[in-house]
Amino acid sequence: MSAPSATRGRLRRVALMALCFLLVAGCATVSDNSMQLSADSLQLRQLQTRRIEGIDEPALLAASVGVLQDLGFNIDESEMRLGVIVASKDRSAVDLGDAVGDMVADSLFKAALDAMFSALFGDNFDEGDDDDDEDIVYDVTQKIRASIVTRPAVDSSGQPRKDAQVIRITLQRLVWDSEGKISHAESIEDPKIYQRFFDRLSKSIFLELQAN
Amino acid sequence: MRVRSRLPVILCAALLFGCASSIDQVMQTDQSAVQLRSYQERAFDTADKEQTLRSVIATLQDLGFVLDKADLDLGIVSATRLSGYQLRVTVTVRPRGSSQMLVRANAQQGERAVEDPKPYQDFFVALEKAMFLTAHEVD
Repeated sequence: MSAPSATRGRLRRVALMALCFLLVAGCATVSDNSMQLSADSLQLRQLQTRRIEGIDEPALLAASVGVLQDLGFNIDESEMRLGVIVASKDRSAVDLGDAVGDMVADSLFKAALDAMFSALFGDNFDEGDDDDDEDIVYDVTQKIRASIVTRPAVDSSGQPRKDAQVIRITLQRLVWDSEGKISHAESIEDPKIYQRFFDRLSKSIFLELQAN
Repeated sequence: MRVRSRLPVILCAALLFGCASSIDQVMQTDQSAVQLRSYQERAFDTADKEQTLRSVIATLQDLGFVLDKADLDLGIVSATRLSGYQLRVTVTVRPRGSSQMLVRANAQQGERAVEDPKPYQDFFVALEKAMFLTAHEVD
């Protein structure tokens, strides 16, 4: 009886240490360079920005809303006079890749083992083992957020043009795992995703201009 | 042995108190309003509120933020950056006299207010570039 309680004591101490560490991390302040422009900032800006000719700002905003709706986003916020649209969508984050396959196989194997041991040693064999089953944590749901900002392009004398706009979209996502904790909080920086957005936007602009 | 095993508990308790907690957080601030404003606030020599807000928005996008909210009438922009942690910032723009705009930023990271002047200084340096104007300290 003394051996398990010693183990439990050690476990509790480890848990407390972990808690302490979390508290220290929680108290830590933002890293000093968090608001500094980096070399990556410029590269990202190019990735996320396009100049569009032959359209005014309200029409471009309308076309952008169209693309967001095509992609299943809901509009959370908009301020036309500042050229701002904010949208989001909640989607599954379950990745039907190898990781999940492994997990399913793993849990099936485990269930089979548990059943076998239960049959051999009685129903209560794995009672203290329940926590282990919750160790399999995987991504379940995600919120994808987008903000689109437009501004009039300027002509050679620095005056804003009515018929040419600059548009920039930034994307980010929050992912929650099967325990309801945030597993990822990240900016989306994949060039392919932005390229796909702007391809769709070109088509939407074409439709928008035809409609008027 | 007993004391040693209690050590983590004591340490945790100390940390918890160090962070302060619960309902006190509502009116909690570590610095005076004057101190906060000294690094959260800058004045720009322009009367163009819309252009100032547009520059703020462009700067936030440059810094990797996704917008949450924008309101020209109130002169407010809020945005969030996700990079492992959540950094949320609100920027207000309002006229100061007839020839200046007063820009104020405040930020929180996770569950903490950002009260280190450095990130704010960096933000205003980035904003100066977007505005092509100098940020003046406000007294």
